[in-house]
Amino acid sequence: MNLEFTAEEIAFREEVRSFIAENYPKHLGDTGLREDLAPEDFVAWHKVLGEKGWSVPAWPVEYGGTGWTPTQRYIWSEENARVNALMPLPFGVSMVGPVIYTFGNEEQKARHLPGIRSGDVWWCQGYSEPGAGSDLASLKTTAVRDGDHYVINGQKTWTTLAQYADWGFFLCRTDPDAAKPQEGISFILIDMKTPGVEVKPIKLIDGGYEVNETWLTDVRVPVENLVGVENKGWTYAKFLLAHERSGIAGVARSKRGVEKLREIAANETIDGEPLISDFDFARKVSQLEIDLAALEITELRTLAGEQAGKGPGPESSILKIKGTEIQQRLTELTLEAVGSYGTPMYGSIADAGSNEYPIGPDYAQHSAATYFNMRKTSIYGGSNEIQRNIITKMILGL
Amino acid sequence: MDFNFTEEQEMVRDGLSRLVREQYGAETRREVIASETGWRPEIWAQLAELGILGMPFSEEDGGFGGGAIDSMIVMEEFGKGLVVEPFVPTVVCAGGFFKHAGTAAQKEEHIGAIVSGERIYAFAYAEPRGRYDLADLQTTAKKDSDGYVLNGHKAVVIAAPWASHLIVTARTSGERRDKDGISVFVLDKSTDGVVTRDYETVDGRRASEVYFENASVPADALIGEEGGALPLIERITDEAIAAQCAEACGAMKVANAMTLEYSKQRKQFGVPIGKFQVLQHRMADMFTEYEQSVSMSYLATLKLDAPEKDRKRTVSAAKVRVGQAAHHIGQGTIQIHGGNGMTDEYAIGHYFKRLTIFDSEFGNIDHHMKRHIALAS
Repeated sequence: MNLEFTAEEIAFREEVRSFIAENYPKHLGDTGLREDLAPEDFVAWHKVLGEKGWSVPAWPVEYGGTGWTPTQRYIWSEENARVNALMPLPFGVSMVGPVIYTFGNEEQKARHLPGIRSGDVWWCQGYSEPGAGSDLASLKTTAVRDGDHYVINGQKTWTTLAQYADWGFFLCRTDPDAAKPQEGISFILIDMKTPGVEVKPIKLIDGGYEVNETWLTDVRVPVENLVGVENKGWTYAKFLLAHERSGIAGVARSKRGVEKLREIAANETIDGEPLISDFDFARKVSQLEIDLAALEITELRTLAGEQAGKGPGPESSILKIKGTEIQQRLTELTLEAVGSYGTPMYGSIADAGSNEYPIGPDYAQHSAATYFNMRKTSIYGGSNEIQRNIITKMILGL
Repeated sequence: MDFNFTEEQEMVRDGLSRLVREQYGAETRREVIASETGWRPEIWAQLAELGILGMPFSEEDGGFGGGAIDSMIVMEEFGKGLVVEPFVPTVVCAGGFFKHAGTAAQKEEHIGAIVSGERIYAFAYAEPRGRYDLADLQTTAKKDSDGYVLNGHKAVVIAAPWASHLIVTARTSGERRDKDGISVFVLDKSTDGVVTRDYETVDGRRASEVYFENASVPADALIGEEGGALPLIERITDEAIAAQCAEACGAMKVANAMTLEYSKQRKQFGVPIGKFQVLQHRMADMFTEYEQSVSMSYLATLKLDAPEKDRKRTVSAAKVRVGQAAHHIGQGTIQIHGGNGMTDEYAIGHYFKRLTIFDSEFGNIDHHMKRHIALAS
């Protein structure tokens, strides 16, 4: 047992650090809110990494993974967080990609994996429905076989950034008579340009349009877009969620967030002294940092277990719960730190690119919107209550 | 970076796990802690024979070349069975002083006696009004022609009733709470002028109030530098905290397992209470608290040799986090056991009591939160 980096790992860190310094797109800067970004901004770093062969580090080497050890992957995420890099979106890289290389056929791998690696193909996730949130298995979207096509009808919701997506992966009911709701679901890939696919934006409480409703009306999809076995989609969906959860902790990014919070709290004043020297406030920051340290080691233990051939298993539910709680507390404390200047609505007097001075200090600009936005984290990817159900069932055996 | 244990460490863990399981059942422990002496010297002799007491010492010093990770493993296994024998006071604390600051003669005498199991040492550092401040000392050591004369009162000295020797912190100069002027001594408990009041602790151990009334010790009783011992004392207490965090992890693991099992057996409203989601989520949180504690126990142990500031900050983080988990889990286990958790008969209450007292040893949550804040970068 030890926490030290080897000489090779230190050399790797230097290599990665200088690659990021030289190649991270300068115009992205220290990324703020998502709605400020143009679609090409989201994929800018992804495309650079695709060229370099570093866009899908966790994948098996035969599919384009880097073969990095867990420690190298840890270093990679730390170094990216140092510059607050806008990482490749998870929908292709961490979600559908692993499902395709694990359960897809050779043709599907050849067709879809290259575009995910390069960042040329944008994916979205069609899981939730208006009536199927935490009870995802009750989903109603149907896929009915008609010759060599499925005809798909239904409505998906919370499809993140579907407005830019080229492809989507959808859970559809293919056997309405199955004994259990989980047993009649299939995992189907849909070209978002197919007639009958309609994406309608949903405005969120932070003012942004991050998610959408996706309506599917008589959408004809070739049967070769079925991944794996018909009616076994629930198995793939759960596999995907476990993969999603292990990346969801966001440790490196939260560490950077705590540093920023300390900077803000050193600049803000209370009774003429820096806010960070106020004991009540400092205590909250220390508690956050302590919880984050525990989460970091827990994630490293999980990664080490993965390297030894153990899953991302149900333990990833712990990472999801604690990681999102910390992200939420961090944004809550940041909003608290900026005081009254959390109140003005960003962009209400100055549009992007205008010369108007914003109201209040720069670091206060997005603090409320970010706090509002981050409430999503304990809801998505299987709500934190569902994660507790998973721990109960899979770990405690109740 | 590596989170694996060596094969040897796994063997030690297996051996201790068997010893605790086979010879330290709840019933046996109950009889032992109620007995006149309150501990089992024969267990100590077995630990010596198995080489456990010599593990954290270098071969040069007469040990087996291990370190803090070995102590962590030992204490985690001891925690599972609520072992009362004084590994932390004797091996981690006293042993630590000699290992880090002993003269050749002190190492030979004292480390030898620890490794062989021949002597028990207790660590007398706390004082009645000191409240976790290691420098808040009113006990004095005045130099005279033969050595030093000790006067003062040390509070809640764990394992002192079993000890033949004491490690004592005292002020050789300066004012109460000064960081300078603190020294450490080792002395035979039978020294004239050493008076003890022995008692039971609420978590099944034994302790003493120790009074020094003009107790004379020779010059070579001094460990390390006269007047400059505070950094050494802080280092030893950090090592003790890391070991006790591991102990708490062992105790929490078993307390959680007992509670889970109970929730499967106990029926109300016609079903096992473990079927109720409100209890399921509580136990899922207790499991999560345990896992976070294990992580902090590892982190603290692995940082014991880091630069001072990093070490202190990490150990304080661990003590806060594990302390919070100990309260959370301790209280949760009693609640889920219901009335039965309140009885002395059920083992769970004994885990709750140990986990409660854990928080106040070597500085509680608030104390370590303050140290963490003070050391913020």
